[in-house]
Amino acid sequence: MARFQKPAEGTWTEHHPELGTGFVSFEDSISPAFYELEREAIFRRAWLNVGRSEQLPRNGSYFTRQLPGASVIVSRDLGGRIRAFHNVCRHRGNKLVWDGTPRGETRGNARQFVCKYHGWRYGLDGACTYVHQPDQFFDLRREELGLAPVHCDTWAGFVFVNLAREPQQSLRDYLGTMVGALEGYPFDRMTERYSFRAENNSNWKVFSDAFQEYYHVPPLHTHQLGPTPEARNPEYPFEAAHYQLDGPHRMVTTSGTHKHQWPKEHLYPSEALTRSGSTGPWDAPDLGKLPGANPSGITRWGIDNFQVFPNLEILIYERNWYVTYHYWPTSHNTHVFEGDLYFVPARGVRERLAHEYAAITFKEYGLQDCGTLDGTQMGLEQRAFGEFPLNDQEILVRHFHKTVGDWVGAYARERERGGR
Amino acid sequence: MTAALLPPQFAELERWAATWCLATEPERWAQRMRSSMPELQAFYDACFPRAEEAIAWCDRFPLDALPADAERLLQLLHSLLLVSYAVEVWRQPEVIHAGSARIDRILEPRP
Repeated sequence: MARFQKPAEGTWTEHHPELGTGFVSFEDSISPAFYELEREAIFRRAWLNVGRSEQLPRNGSYFTRQLPGASVIVSRDLGGRIRAFHNVCRHRGNKLVWDGTPRGETRGNARQFVCKYHGWRYGLDGACTYVHQPDQFFDLRREELGLAPVHCDTWAGFVFVNLAREPQQSLRDYLGTMVGALEGYPFDRMTERYSFRAENNSNWKVFSDAFQEYYHVPPLHTHQLGPTPEARNPEYPFEAAHYQLDGPHRMVTTSGTHKHQWPKEHLYPSEALTRSGSTGPWDAPDLGKLPGANPSGITRWGIDNFQVFPNLEILIYERNWYVTYHYWPTSHNTHVFEGDLYFVPARGVRERLAHEYAAITFKEYGLQDCGTLDGTQMGLEQRAFGEFPLNDQEILVRHFHKTVGDWVGAYARERERGGR
Repeated sequence: MTAALLPPQFAELERWAATWCLATEPERWAQRMRSSMPELQAFYDACFPRAEEAIAWCDRFPLDALPADAERLLQLLHSLLLVSYAVEVWRQPEVIHAGSARIDRILEPRP
């Protein structure tokens, strides 16, 4: 018997007949050829979140961001507008902004960008402002030689770029109504940030798949449940309360008894000490209304997990903090995972330690995923099986791979017809 | 006798301060990974009973104006929480099932 009301069709999956209920191939996660298509079909067409506007606190603030196939500079120009450019000098194609190594990221504050190679300079608006020895060139018109702009827009403080020459949709149309409803959520109040980075030996989708279902939590993260045999039951039947799809995006809401309501004997001593843990600090700051959160009005909701296509995940916690995940592919079987935790700034040591314990907990359990998914990639690449069963709690995995396949398929058909 | 690192009423924890008063998570993580389980257990057993008292002591100060000895006590508490996973949860320094994976904390609030 279902613990939560499912749609009239009886299951979440059958509520979306286009998804089917059959076994699913993960060839899209092990094929180098598919990855080449995916970079063009998805990462050069979709809106990609590259950071938060708080990372550009002043006019002249900038950071670089390596996307699959392109490094971009994101900056706040002297008029306060956030812009993005290809991180490439117009003269000889040198990577323009870097520090220490061109393979790393950098950030800072500048009034102009200067190429290390031949000293060409660019304003924060991308215009070329200086050419070294211009009289040595032939018919050079400096005013026509600015940086190549990248489409850039901001939603709810999240900065997005789009590498297409002309994006097919505006950012707001792209995000749709389900994600767009979070526009008024008080992200801007949660500015205390912890950032984590991992280089993983798995396809970016393999990692994303683990974080869009909770079916794996009792068996893999048994220890997360608590110290006692009653709490630590790997056969605990996890069910999410609500699933929702909107275009390429998807979300799940969890529900259950929050740790702060558990009997003390089922808690780890440090959970009781810090009043914090895997679902965050127990004592939530009062943030008033939370537009867009818990869209289905679940009682005792725990986490809203929004998967913004293609590679951003926003986790809204009922205790008034939030987390983002990003999965940046670096090859068909490697990616960089980024996890960022955001809290209302701690006012004292007790709050700081509650945040710290949540951040420690994030890494402890994240390492279990990183380690295990290395093995998933190995297993998939063995091709012992062609297709795999997915249950109703894994509906978002099914939707994700279908969406990726649809985007890549559309791109491949367009390319066949000669248009790009 | 070297100068005390911690507030006087936490003098019994002084013997752990040189090892575990570390300002950043990467330093604390490295220290956990190079410690033996008996070392982690001994640090935990000594500090955990005083933790609530230490939190209350540090919490009297504004976070951005902690006296130096209170800031070191907070660093010791950060280390205690990181070590608590080895002691309370995994019963080994390493995370179970982590394999060769690593996750780096690249940004954090201070202190």
